[in-house]
Amino acid sequence: MEFGTSGSLSEDGIHIDMDRLKKGEVNLGTSIMAVAFKDGVILGADSRTTTGAYIANRVTDKLTRVHDTIWCCRSGSAADTQAVADIVQYQLGLFAMMNGKPPTTQTAAAIFQEICYSNKDRLSAGLIIAGWDERHGGQVYAIPLGGSLHKQPYSIGGSGSTYIYGFCDSNWKENMEEAEAVDFVKEALKEAIKWDGSSGGVIRMVVLTAKGADRHLYLPDTDYKVRHT
Amino acid sequence: MFPELSPGPQLLPGPRRSPKADTGALATHQTSIGTGYDLANSIFSPDGRNFQVEYAVKAVENGGTSIGIRCKDGVVLAVEKVITSKLLKQSANKRIATVDRHLGVVYSGMVPDGRHFVDRSRDEARAWRDTFKTPIPTADLASRMGGYMQAYTLYQSVRPFGITAIVGGFDSELEAPVDGEVGNGPSVGAGGKNPDKKYGGPFLYMIEPSGLYWGYYGAATGKGRQAAKAELEKLDLAGTGALTLEEAVKEAARIIYVAHDDSKDKEFELEMSWISGAGGPTKGKHQEVPKALREEAERLAKKSLQDDDDEDEEKKEDDKMEE
Repeated sequence: MEFGTSGSLSEDGIHIDMDRLKKGEVNLGTSIMAVAFKDGVILGADSRTTTGAYIANRVTDKLTRVHDTIWCCRSGSAADTQAVADIVQYQLGLFAMMNGKPPTTQTAAAIFQEICYSNKDRLSAGLIIAGWDERHGGQVYAIPLGGSLHKQPYSIGGSGSTYIYGFCDSNWKENMEEAEAVDFVKEALKEAIKWDGSSGGVIRMVVLTAKGADRHLYLPDTDYKVRHT
Repeated sequence: MFPELSPGPQLLPGPRRSPKADTGALATHQTSIGTGYDLANSIFSPDGRNFQVEYAVKAVENGGTSIGIRCKDGVVLAVEKVITSKLLKQSANKRIATVDRHLGVVYSGMVPDGRHFVDRSRDEARAWRDTFKTPIPTADLASRMGGYMQAYTLYQSVRPFGITAIVGGFDSELEAPVDGEVGNGPSVGAGGKNPDKKYGGPFLYMIEPSGLYWGYYGAATGKGRQAAKAELEKLDLAGTGALTLEEAVKEAARIIYVAHDDSKDKEFELEMSWISGAGGPTKGKHQEVPKALREEAERLAKKSLQDDDDEDEEKKEDDKMEE
């Protein structure tokens, strides 16, 4: 991998390349998360898209469908993550037609990972894959910057996630009821939005269960209390 | 002037017949001689047959008998290896191949064609693992190899495979991780799955030279297929009281011996492999049946044949024709 001469070496010796994004590139300075619960899995995200300090979109949808009950949360470059999600959506659609059965979350995660790993030099994409399928139930996979694949009970990502590690660690429970899990995601993202300058706008969620995909929308106008449709 | 195009019938030797007489003659005769329509692949005869494929089937029908049995907890593959020379080393020159950890292939017909089929099967299994990071399901391998064999019936530059292949596999009933993933989900397991549904299990497919493939409970091909099929049909393979894997191994050995019975003059060697689930003797892997079990199965097979012969002799005395 090309490290270049830009960026700075921080105190602990970790090289942070501040120029990963091109000048003016649209960035999803983001708060995203996904949580497995009793009946499936929930994805959640804020809605802020920035180009530097400018908010390019305040109502972005960072939760992207790649198959009926397999979705992903996107963070990093908007262009890169959209392109990757588009490829995976095509591949999974093809898979479903050719095999006569829907793909599993694993299948999706495997395809995402292959793309992210083999193009690691060129992509800035931090993804969380979450899906429900009949055989495996709700599952969460994280694919951070280098293209590794992590199976997790729940996952948080994006710049805003740094502020909510403590919150999530103390509030997350295994096998939550749907309402409880929705509440957990909402409270976590509220904190992330509060503290992270690059996160903001509305809170979007998708609940994936045997019944399919159910979208939630919460607006800051009502302090994220009311579910809009 | 354009040179006159020569459609199939004009290539035929002998006097040209009118189309009407032509169809009439062929429909009544239905010979297995192609009379000009068998000179290349991808040429249909007027009554819709592909002679090259039919000749390939003939090659299969001369090969040593292969069978596959799908029972409730696994798959058994067996083949009758006709000994063509006393100089060949015993139990060398294996005929059953492993395609992936959980997949085995056996075939009757032209051995070099079978070897190429196995090579291609391994490539397909590998390609599936590369893209989906998970083992290829038996059904998908059968589908891909069926497609591959079908392609060899289409082009002038190739000939059909001179084999019929039997593909056996055990798709894991467990939840397999994506190859290379790290970490775990919740310790209580993923939520919202259907607990009543079972996944994976033993599967058996047979692929013919035409590319045709079906899933079977019991499959047989090669010289002794008729006798073998008759024996397979007597087994309870679909019912709930279905055969266990170990019983199936013994039946497989017996069936190969029975099928060989018609051509007793030639000596043969029995080769067998099996695949069980994760909880069974092979732990989900395709393996050769252990020597001790194979020899026990062969002993029982020989004994059963001996008993049948004795029975036949007793019967002969009071053999009455009844209706």
